[in-house]
Amino acid sequence: MNEHVKITIDDREVKARPGQKLLWAALENDIFIPHLCAIEAEKRPNASCRLCFVEIEGVPNPVTSCTKTVEDGMVVKTRSSRVDRLVKTAFELLLSDHDLKCRECPANRNCALQTIAKERGLKLRQKRFTPVARNYETDDSPEEFAFNRSRCVLCGQCVWADRRENKIGVIGFAKRGINRVVTTFQDLPLAESICKECTVCVDVCPVGALYYKEPEE
Amino acid sequence: MQLLEGEKEQILDCVKEVLIESSKKSEDLIPILQKVQAKLGYLPALAMEKIAEGTGVSGADVYGLATFYNQFRLNPPGDHQVKVCLGTACYMVGGDITLESFERRMEIREGETSPDRRYSLERVACVGCCTMAPVVVVDNEVEGKVTPTRVDGIMLALEGESGKAKESRDAEKEEGEQK
Repeated sequence: MNEHVKITIDDREVKARPGQKLLWAALENDIFIPHLCAIEAEKRPNASCRLCFVEIEGVPNPVTSCTKTVEDGMVVKTRSSRVDRLVKTAFELLLSDHDLKCRECPANRNCALQTIAKERGLKLRQKRFTPVARNYETDDSPEEFAFNRSRCVLCGQCVWADRRENKIGVIGFAKRGINRVVTTFQDLPLAESICKECTVCVDVCPVGALYYKEPEE
Repeated sequence: MQLLEGEKEQILDCVKEVLIESSKKSEDLIPILQKVQAKLGYLPALAMEKIAEGTGVSGADVYGLATFYNQFRLNPPGDHQVKVCLGTACYMVGGDITLESFERRMEIREGETSPDRRYSLERVACVGCCTMAPVVVVDNEVEGKVTPTRVDGIMLALEGESGKAKESRDAEKEEGEQK
């Protein structure tokens, strides 16, 4: 078996490891593909954020790059009118129930949503869908960090970190549809749950939902 | 929801019984929850906690599953169960307003049970008699064309009944004590 797989992304020839997923091969070569839910170590990616679409030559429809394994000689385009349309819709849907008070958000300027908007020329304030305000109360019970569900994009990075890396299982997805949230057993505040406040979940949050508290003066 | 006297033991016994019969694997979680709910009428927090321990699934996941599926209820059924239809026909003629009226009168939200366990309020999707929309099912009896005024009437009737029921229960209790 070859040590490398040669693929072409946006007319650039790049090397990838056999078995690697397309998204990570692109990112390693500084080719930007929007993504929120992708976790490289996960064997069966969720592909739930619907942002990492690409076009592959010979494949009729755009595919999510986080689920597609690289193949030798693959020719990939990260942009096309179809890809842009899919990404735009997914992005606008994500933002339609997002708390857009960026100035008050600790992740301002360090936010995955802002990065995607900038790279793809998309607007944070979308007009296509009726905005839905999710006025969840911020859970600031833990000592070092807090959790504002109104900013959560439900990417599942925190659940993964909590579960697979740390083997705790404090948080998980609950409810369904527009009410879907990341929460603890019985919706308890984190400090009253079995949370050990290891903060791995805070480190992986791509937006400002889980964030460190400002040190008090 | 406050557990009644003796309910804790009942829950623990029930979960133990169901777990013994099951494979205790995570793929068996839904059947386990179904059996426990069939016996208890709902899924108390304590039961979910014990099921999580027994199957090795995290509590957050058991909770996630129970809140995802409509078939599971987390609150005990009340003495009087009210189901408001929000199917297409009922929704179009203001089923949501009917539901809101009940919420206000019962002082609980949809899916909840009043603290004294007298009433529980649920939403359902189509009872099968759309010509009578908006439809409400009160203790298995179908009520048609339920306006907020009718909600007041239904609630008065229920209040009267459970008042009587409570009186007779109290009377029985007193009699028992006297004996």
